[in-house]
Amino acid sequence: MHQKTIAELSQALAQGTYSSEELTKHYLQRIKQWDTSLNSFITVCEETALASAKSADEARRQGKAGPLTGIPMAQKDIFCTNGIKTTCASKMLENFTAPYDAMVVEKLNAQGMVMLGKTNMDEFAMGSSNEHSHFGPVKNPWNLDCVPGGSSGGSAAAVAARLVPAATGTDTGGSIRQPAALCGITGIKPTYGRVSRYGMIAFASSLDQGGPMTQTAEDAALLLNAMAGFDERDSTSLDAPVPDFTADLNQPIKGLRIGLPKEYFSAGLDPAVGDVIMAAIKEYEKLGAIITEVSLPNNHLAGPAYYVIAPAECSSNLARFDGVRYGYRCKEPKNLEDLYKRSRGEGFGEEVKRRIMIGTYALSSGYYDAYYLKAQQMRRLISEDFKRVFEKVDVIMGPTYPSIAFKIGEHSKDPLEMYLSDFYTIAINLAGLPGLSIPAGFANSLPVGLQIVGPYLNDSKLLNVGHQFQQHTAWHQKIPSQFAK
Amino acid sequence: MEWETVIGLEVHVQLQTASKIFSGASTAYGALPNTQACGVDLGLPGVLPVLNANTVHMAVKFGLSVDAEIAHRSVFARKNYFYPDLPKGYQISQFELPIVGKGHLDIQLDEETVKRIGITRAHLEEDAGKSLHEDFQGMTGIDLNRAGTPLLEIVSEPDMRSANEAVAYLKTLHALVRYLEISDGNMQEGSFRCDANISMRPKGQSKLGTRAEIKNINSFRFVEKAINYEVERQIQVLESGGSIVQETRLYDSDRDETRSMRSKEEANDYRYFPDPDLLPLNIDDHFIGEIKKTLPELPHEKRQRFEKAYGLSTYDANNLVASRELAEYFETVLKESKAPAKLVVNWVMGELSAALNKESLDITTSKITASALAQLLARINDNTISGKIAKTIFEGMWLGEGDADSIIEKQGLKQITDTSAIEPIIDEVMANNPQQLAQYREGKDKLFGFFIGQVMKACAGKANPAQVNELLRKKLQQD
Amino acid sequence: MSVTAETIVSIAHLARLALDEKAIPHYAEDMNRILHWVEQMNSADTQGIEPMAHPRDLGQRLRPDEVTESDQRECFQANAPQTEAGLYLVPQVIE
Repeated sequence: MHQKTIAELSQALAQGTYSSEELTKHYLQRIKQWDTSLNSFITVCEETALASAKSADEARRQGKAGPLTGIPMAQKDIFCTNGIKTTCASKMLENFTAPYDAMVVEKLNAQGMVMLGKTNMDEFAMGSSNEHSHFGPVKNPWNLDCVPGGSSGGSAAAVAARLVPAATGTDTGGSIRQPAALCGITGIKPTYGRVSRYGMIAFASSLDQGGPMTQTAEDAALLLNAMAGFDERDSTSLDAPVPDFTADLNQPIKGLRIGLPKEYFSAGLDPAVGDVIMAAIKEYEKLGAIITEVSLPNNHLAGPAYYVIAPAECSSNLARFDGVRYGYRCKEPKNLEDLYKRSRGEGFGEEVKRRIMIGTYALSSGYYDAYYLKAQQMRRLISEDFKRVFEKVDVIMGPTYPSIAFKIGEHSKDPLEMYLSDFYTIAINLAGLPGLSIPAGFANSLPVGLQIVGPYLNDSKLLNVGHQFQQHTAWHQKIPSQFAK
Repeated sequence: MEWETVIGLEVHVQLQTASKIFSGASTAYGALPNTQACGVDLGLPGVLPVLNANTVHMAVKFGLSVDAEIAHRSVFARKNYFYPDLPKGYQISQFELPIVGKGHLDIQLDEETVKRIGITRAHLEEDAGKSLHEDFQGMTGIDLNRAGTPLLEIVSEPDMRSANEAVAYLKTLHALVRYLEISDGNMQEGSFRCDANISMRPKGQSKLGTRAEIKNINSFRFVEKAINYEVERQIQVLESGGSIVQETRLYDSDRDETRSMRSKEEANDYRYFPDPDLLPLNIDDHFIGEIKKTLPELPHEKRQRFEKAYGLSTYDANNLVASRELAEYFETVLKESKAPAKLVVNWVMGELSAALNKESLDITTSKITASALAQLLARINDNTISGKIAKTIFEGMWLGEGDADSIIEKQGLKQITDTSAIEPIIDEVMANNPQQLAQYREGKDKLFGFFIGQVMKACAGKANPAQVNELLRKKLQQD
Repeated sequence: MSVTAETIVSIAHLARLALDEKAIPHYAEDMNRILHWVEQMNSADTQGIEPMAHPRDLGQRLRPDEVTESDQRECFQANAPQTEAGLYLVPQVIE
């Protein structure tokens, strides 16, 4: 069962090959068996999962089942779930239970999907290795000594090991695409505003976007159909009709104009990763695509701009965690200031504190113009680079990440080294564009992801381009042998 | 040295919306603690602000009423600081691009003097909660019901030169927001709060002195007292060779003094930046035009009309337009009684005001409605009763004894205007006072008043005084 | 610009973060390296470029003025570290 995609499971459920309850039990069993080695879940909700599986089966008997009814999935532990702990992988929220569902949770529940649990992540989504979790690091199923990427590392590892057919993620600077790449699965960061941020604990509001993490582009389209849509509770939610993301999957891509930014293929890129990417581009050429070199002249400054904007927003977004109304409170505070300082000092991990410090500094009096305002101006330049390029090409392609998964602990001493590697993904968030990562092959036995970026609202196009590749390749079907059985 | 006082005011006006500025929680006053604080107001993780349309309407309405520029694009910014009554660790406010730009407000200082006070800006923001300092196991309790209540902060230019001017500005502004129906202006409940920036400079100098800011003064009387105290304090400091420290001070009404709030003073660095959860607020001319249509007659317009149409003095007109309800009351009485405007003013500002003051009521809770007073004044006007009798009837009406006509009827207070009924009374009085009559006729004119008094006494005050006057004069001279 | 241990202390105070005394030099070093990298932005000419706060230039949507929330104090305060009489408790606030 666990070798199957959502599309296949949906069919099997419809045909009565097995029930949702059987499916759910199977995956819960796999989590029990394998997650001790992966640590991809923070919370597993066996009881509620079985209950929703039963009601999904009941709905099916009554002829009320949709394409996603009864299919198990997992939520990144950044989405609030009514009555089930939402920790954001932080000591700060270790015991926090939201009395409401995030819009994404509400929507997937409404489809009758069965939530198996909440996946591990970098604390407050800050990180790209999943080493910064209060609940311990997640392991890469392809090599347990390696990181799965982050911040949605738990979702990526769980889907890659087929502990769950699909999961949600959030992406502020690559947090869906990068772990998808490092774990050999498919992940899309939709156009900013497509998926409601209501109930999704904010890291950097103007960059955060939720999206699906799946085995295939087709599955991503199925899940995005359920996740996307206008939400009046989110002022930044797009009030625009949502297309059927599966509608264009089978469109031929002959004549597709692919832009390869020359800046993507320079020093810093692991040559082995570069080779895999070039082979994938060749595959697209075979399918009739036209390859052009393009330029994103400000791309090298996306990192510096991002590491001002994201920390600035986070320093303010995380001010609400003060030990007063919810969350961690230090023992025996001497006074109010002590309550604030120790609750936050003890409740947040190192990486979160580092980013709050950077952001506070960048916004503080005397530095605002030099850092924050300058970064906002850079953001416009970077965004305009994309606009220019998309006058000439339909999509941009390149590596999702400059290397394959690295060893746990390898970069943890040096935060800057980690920031430097987000090179390919963060500019996409700054511009608010949709970005897809699909498995493109292997280097040193570890997966490599191909990133496909399109203009605003071209999420369907990206899924179509990804799906066509997957119709002609088998990288997305590879399962780490240890977890295949 | 002669000093000049320079005052600028920041007024926080609570907008009278049903729901909060960024959430759907109620703004009703006086609920049990934290029962009107929803997820957004509490700053729970993941919840987001969405702007209340009504607050935008109200801000624009205010802007138009003070001839201000309305920003076609304004931006909400976060003001970051930690305080237990500030749940998110930041206040959503407007910083660089406020919704209302430069405008002005004219204040009437006396019969002749009008002064124009500049308005620097007005912006929308959310209120904070309340800290309750009663002892809870040695701790402070936090009630967040007020958190997220919409405020319009109105900032004036430093154009005022005395506590009197400051109070006149505040009263004018207070009347204005109530005319516009954007705030109930209730000062006890904190719907109209004032911070005053005060500095001194040698007379003739144009450069401003260092200012102190006095926070949260919640009545007109306290504004006056606080400013006067602060002015004295600053002059004392300056004249003894000291200098004013730029700081926030708190007015203590019990001790009638201002004192430094050092705890709030330490190195505030608010790190304002555009709120990424909210988009820029775009307002087009059509939107502004639609709101313009809803503007009521403003206090100064009403005052001018009262002066012109009813021939009132500036003083009377000013008093009447101080509140929209009072002005409406006056006009209702005037229309329904058909009495002269001056008579109506005298009754409204005289008897009625006195009665209201005595029981701490205001015009909206008056025990005599405008229509009831109109009936009374109509009876004066058509000579059914005299002004003196009217006062007795007014008292009866105030005590709930019925309307004017029924009291007149019941107590037989109808004025005697029939000459044939008055003449015998005069004849009788003359016959009963031969001595006084003789003296009068010998030239002691002063005794005329004595005869008036005797006649009115004999008829229990019911005879029409003008007629008594005329008939008596005639008869005294006749024989 | 160079971040000193003193700057770290004052920034940590603004952010209300208790930092381990011994870790302060470490923070300063990391911050300096990160800011040095960030300052590469200065190589770009941004004269006259309008700052971009949101990915798309859209306007704020308005919500009708309606009360849609009801009292949920009990369930909200189930998450609170300390409450009494419906109030959240904090160490005494000195005005």
